[in-house]
Amino acid sequence: MAIPSDIPTTFLLGRLDWHAIPADPIVWVTGVVVAIGGAWLMWMLIKHRLLGYLWHEWFTSVDHKKIGIMYVVLALVMFVRGFADAIMMRLQQVLAFNGSEGYLNAHHYDQIFSAHGVIMIFFVAMPFVTGLMNFVVPLQIGARDVSFPFLNNFSFWMTVGGAVLVMMSLFVGEFAQTGWLAFPPLSGIGYSPYVGVDYYIWGLQVAGVGTTLSGINLLVTIIKMRAPGMTMMRMPIFTWTALCTNILIVASFPVLTATLVLLSLDRYVGTNFFTNDLGGNAMMYVNLIWIWGHPEVYILILPLFGVYSEVVATFTGKRLFGYTSMVYATVCITILSYLVWLHHFFTMGSGASVNSFFGITTMIISVPTGAKIFNWLFTMYRSRIRFELPMMWTIAFMLTFVIGGMTGVLLAVPPADFVLHNSLFLVAHFHNVIIGGVLFGLFAAVYYWWPKAFGFRLDPFWGKVSFWFWVVGFWVAFAPLYILGLMGVTRRVRVFDDPSLQIWFGIAAFGAVLIAIGIAAMFIQFGVSIRNRDALRDETGDPWDGRTLEWATSSPPPAYNFAFTPVSHGLDAWWDMKRFGQTRPRATYVPIHMPKNTGAGVIIAGLATVCGFALVWYIWWLAALSFAGVVIASIVHTFNYARDYHIPAEEVRETEDARDRQLASVGA
Amino acid sequence: MSTVSQHPPGDFWEVEPHHHHEGASTGIGFWVYLMSDCLMFAVLFAVFGVLGSSYAAGPGPKDLFDLELVALNTAFLLLSSITYGFAMLAMVKGRKGGTLGWLGVTLVFGLAFLAVELYEFHHLIHLGAGPQRSAFLSAFFALVGTHGLHVAFGCLWLVTLMIQVGQRGLIDANRRRLSCLSMFWHFLDVIWIGVFTFVYLLGMI
Repeated sequence: MAIPSDIPTTFLLGRLDWHAIPADPIVWVTGVVVAIGGAWLMWMLIKHRLLGYLWHEWFTSVDHKKIGIMYVVLALVMFVRGFADAIMMRLQQVLAFNGSEGYLNAHHYDQIFSAHGVIMIFFVAMPFVTGLMNFVVPLQIGARDVSFPFLNNFSFWMTVGGAVLVMMSLFVGEFAQTGWLAFPPLSGIGYSPYVGVDYYIWGLQVAGVGTTLSGINLLVTIIKMRAPGMTMMRMPIFTWTALCTNILIVASFPVLTATLVLLSLDRYVGTNFFTNDLGGNAMMYVNLIWIWGHPEVYILILPLFGVYSEVVATFTGKRLFGYTSMVYATVCITILSYLVWLHHFFTMGSGASVNSFFGITTMIISVPTGAKIFNWLFTMYRSRIRFELPMMWTIAFMLTFVIGGMTGVLLAVPPADFVLHNSLFLVAHFHNVIIGGVLFGLFAAVYYWWPKAFGFRLDPFWGKVSFWFWVVGFWVAFAPLYILGLMGVTRRVRVFDDPSLQIWFGIAAFGAVLIAIGIAAMFIQFGVSIRNRDALRDETGDPWDGRTLEWATSSPPPAYNFAFTPVSHGLDAWWDMKRFGQTRPRATYVPIHMPKNTGAGVIIAGLATVCGFALVWYIWWLAALSFAGVVIASIVHTFNYARDYHIPAEEVRETEDARDRQLASVGA
Repeated sequence: MSTVSQHPPGDFWEVEPHHHHEGASTGIGFWVYLMSDCLMFAVLFAVFGVLGSSYAAGPGPKDLFDLELVALNTAFLLLSSITYGFAMLAMVKGRKGGTLGWLGVTLVFGLAFLAVELYEFHHLIHLGAGPQRSAFLSAFFALVGTHGLHVAFGCLWLVTLMIQVGQRGLIDANRRRLSCLSMFWHFLDVIWIGVFTFVYLLGMI
């Protein structure tokens, strides 16, 4: 297909000119607010001389704990953006009745629902989950860092680079108006001639490199770096789910990368993979992207199943019921997740046999998932449950997720799917499982591991405010979408003709406001807890009476995690240590071998982001230059052979002595 | 809980520092990366499988492919794998000069492969059978081109490693790197055998 060239390009700036600034007051106001906020933040950092600190202690850090925390910060920032998009959609849909066009034009509205999906999946859920695994897994397996610490830092900055590209599209140019998976031919150059889809492609490609590399890194870490005695069937369940998730990442993200490469070839070179003419096949894109997309769903949910398992075992004070079956259920889901992709497009018309196959495999997935739910319930059965915040989120998850799972099984029936396909019922279903499963689990994880990360607990009052507004708000916001979907209302619609539908959108918008209060309460909680950190201090390193090895070290852990390598004799290694009265040894400390910080990750990822930007705007010289920069910087980095240092034994001794004094002060 | 044993099952901490063998994860890490790369090729093969006969009334394999040229190219790549193997043998024996020499021969074969491939691409485009002509040709150029791009990066990496071995000799870090590139190079050979079979040979039937 020929590439239309009616958009003027110059050598110096490609397609970039003044028209790239969107003619939209909403964007201007947002831009001004962001500019002021950014300038204020920068000013505060300079005023308090924090830039150097951030650079040396965080941005260039190869410490898995700090990288994990930075991932979560990125996810929270992007979460605010993604939620702002959600609120805008809710407001538009409640207003656009009775002849009103609402306040968003179609061009803007289509970008918002696309950006909402892309941001929430790729730049909220993914970095949140990756950050969590980064922080927790090495501690849980008794390791000092991941297998490839530099790669870890680089992966993080590639994820940031992708996020920067997506955010930039708000103020310079436009974002895709194609929905979050950018199906061709709509996403082809003919129907999307401007930069929106290109921002989508390069944002995901830059971030995707980071995701794949971090998947390899964590996978190898779990295989190679486990403490002595920690056999596969003694691994903490969160580590097991992290293992399966990283296998899924390594075995599915390359498919996304390849698919987006083909889409970009169609757009940039004029090939015919997914075009309407010259033999192209658009449905091949839909197949390929869902071959990545369905495992992606389990990449997101599996680690949270792990979180719920840890939380339930901890707050019931019992060994997890059915550990072995939990492991097998996780592995089954990992495998089955590759056999269901076609259920995302039963209406493609592949025929009854194919649809039946994929309908049945989809329903089969609910079996191991159901086994997990029963395992959690049986763990809780006749135990003294401590209703701390992580446990509350876990119970909210079980109640919410089961409903979402059942509507999923309903959608897995091809004839039912033909009725509900592309409707708000589907939208309600996947928010039901992603919010009720992934997000609730992430919140449980934040409350659970926050004391480990920062050395103080989170304020429970604001946590409970957040919890109730979130859970109630979720149901108020999404139950109406189920009803609307059953009535046949399709997704991604901007204006409505039937006035009788408005009340449901009104209720949904009210639910979104409740959720907004829940989010605000969570940020207030962070603030209040940081202010009251001395009162909330965790001196023991084990605030919840935990079971796994991360609770065996101090909160926050020292840079080297463990002065001596722990040994596992069964599941719940730390629980065993407590049971047998085993305390940390105070033998002769030896220097500890650690990786050195490096700025190479920031530099290479920065160049890759510039390259992405240049490709979006057809600034070929800059793209070539920055790509050459990526290659050269990577090669130069390989000439640096001095990548590690030793923490002196004296420093280790001082740290461990301080820890002894801390434990003595609370009589532990 | 009466069944719980009262005696600890053993030491819970390793007091003797045990040395994590440096770079112990590199081999498996690189292997996992190769498998993810392999999946990328799997997608491209699948795409070729779907689109391989969508000629859009344009030229097909029989009109375009010169099997003798491709056989020559295949020979270049397979020979380069053998010479890389000789380089690794020299490395194991600790012979720096031999390692560098065989790496140099490998590089020459790699570059020859790329030169022939570029000539083939140039020839096809010249005939009007460029990647835009039909879905078949899009899939062909994407699959073969991606492999060629990998070989090109392999050559760049080879040069880098030759410099590093020249500078620092066959130290452990360089041995690990040579092993990784070795895996990469043989992996590309395996992929090429797939390309040669499924794209060229089956296309001529």
